[in-house]
Amino acid sequence: MGYETPENLRYTSDHEWLRREDDSPDEVTIGVTEFAQEQLGDVVYLELPAEGAALTAGAPFGEIESAKTVAELFAPVTGELIAINGELEDRPELVNESPFDEGWIVRVRISDETELDAMLDAAAYRELLPED
Amino acid sequence: MSSSLAGSPHPYIPATEADRARMLERVGVADLDEMFADLPADLRDPAIELPSALTEPELIALLRERAATNAAPTRPNFLGAGAYRRSIPAIASHLTSRSEFVTAYTPYQPEISQGTLQSGFEFQSVVCELTGMDVANVGLYDVASATAEACLLAVRVTKRRAVALLEPIHPGTAEVVSTYARGASLRVDSIASADAVSEEHACLVVQQPDFLGTIVDLEPLANVAHDRGALMVAVADPFALGMLKAPGDAGADIVTGEGRDLAGAPAFGGPSLGLFAAGLPYMRQMPGRIVGRTNELHGPEGGEGEPRTGYVLTLQAREQFIRRERATSNVSTAQALIALSFTITVQTLGPRGLRASAELCYQRAHAAARSVAGLPGFDVPERGPWFQEFLVRGPIPASELADRLSERGIAAGFDVSDRPEPEAHNALMFCVTEATLDAHVDALIEALTAIGDEA
Repeated sequence: MGYETPENLRYTSDHEWLRREDDSPDEVTIGVTEFAQEQLGDVVYLELPAEGAALTAGAPFGEIESAKTVAELFAPVTGELIAINGELEDRPELVNESPFDEGWIVRVRISDETELDAMLDAAAYRELLPED
Repeated sequence: MSSSLAGSPHPYIPATEADRARMLERVGVADLDEMFADLPADLRDPAIELPSALTEPELIALLRERAATNAAPTRPNFLGAGAYRRSIPAIASHLTSRSEFVTAYTPYQPEISQGTLQSGFEFQSVVCELTGMDVANVGLYDVASATAEACLLAVRVTKRRAVALLEPIHPGTAEVVSTYARGASLRVDSIASADAVSEEHACLVVQQPDFLGTIVDLEPLANVAHDRGALMVAVADPFALGMLKAPGDAGADIVTGEGRDLAGAPAFGGPSLGLFAAGLPYMRQMPGRIVGRTNELHGPEGGEGEPRTGYVLTLQAREQFIRRERATSNVSTAQALIALSFTITVQTLGPRGLRASAELCYQRAHAAARSVAGLPGFDVPERGPWFQEFLVRGPIPASELADRLSERGIAAGFDVSDRPEPEAHNALMFCVTEATLDAHVDALIEALTAIGDEA
């Protein structure tokens, strides 16, 4: 059994996932994948911009810090940051324990829905992961 | 000479002629002249005119003779201006000269050396208590570089590109901040009033007591800085904090300071010790190394025993070996031995002892100032409450007054007559501390009286 890669999500080659929200289709929730959290190790801190910040597809918007390293978070899409997962401030380990659910990181209102077309589906993303 | 050095051209340089030949061959040059051909010939091997070598006893005799001509240690000395003589308990130099401590370098696996880390942790705790801040690092080079790092932190946090330095600030600190700023393309504004702080400034830097010795009310300044979205950086004398309000309680976001004076005697201005402490919101933006304390999950060897306390370098993801070019600073060296001496001094004095020492310093300085102010022809202009340094204006120009005191074997106060503050006009700044001898103050009064009579 390999890494979990839920079928209902879209993915990036930077090992981030996006979920389009049913109730408001121009909003996406963003997090890092199970593979990403395993590579990072114990997540201890996330540095994120304030709500309302403008994100540009492909540009770094924050940092995720683990006990042994620090990695940049890249914006998969262009848009406005509308929510941050406040739970992570006290419990950053949620990124490790529940990367696709409780460990979500930010929610973004996308400005150009066609950007989503470039995202990988679960099958394409699995191709990027090492055999284990 | 040991056999392993056979063939070496010098007893202290282990490379042998054969080693050199092999290296030259590998590099592809015939000899050293060819290797260094790019250097101008007259710089390559300059003739150095030295007398013939002395024997060890002759050398010691010569150095003793030279040292005896140095009058400074016994002369009355009223220089301050950033370097102060303090009463350091003998236990500080006694303990720091133990061989366990004299290797200050952090080992590459720092946790192997729990004692080094514990002394760093104790130092941080002392700095936090003195400054009223949440987090301190294990120390930087000196107050000037610590203050420059504070400015860079403020720039990272506020994303602004200018810093404001409130005069009077130590010119050495201002100069080092400007040097750092040049490399980072930041603007440094020297301001005479906090009203000049604008929304372009990442921080307001205020020295406490200021460069002319005056005690500053930090709180209103911190309020001005915060109103304009800037951080408040206090550059505080840790000794004066024995009796002054902690800058953290007055609204400072970052506190820096010079720890050298509480670690040992000022020797040509060094070795220095930069203090750096900040509020919790800025912890991950701090430069330098931070020691944390923790407990083991289980007892020793995983057994039932009491879990032990352990010290670790913490928050290392800020540091250059992990974050590379995005690191918060490139400082990873600490002034561990100086920091240990500082810690021993402050802990030996304790909170009450430090307060009593600071008050003694204050009282003695004020008593001396009153004596000077009572002399005909002399004036002690005040800019407000002050700590240990006072301005003196005499009947003759400041530089001449300094010369006349020097002729009488007294190192006068620091010449501040070229400063813009009106009180500094034609003034020398004298420093009297708890470590200044009564006999030296008497000698000063006597000398000034004589100079006044002659004028």
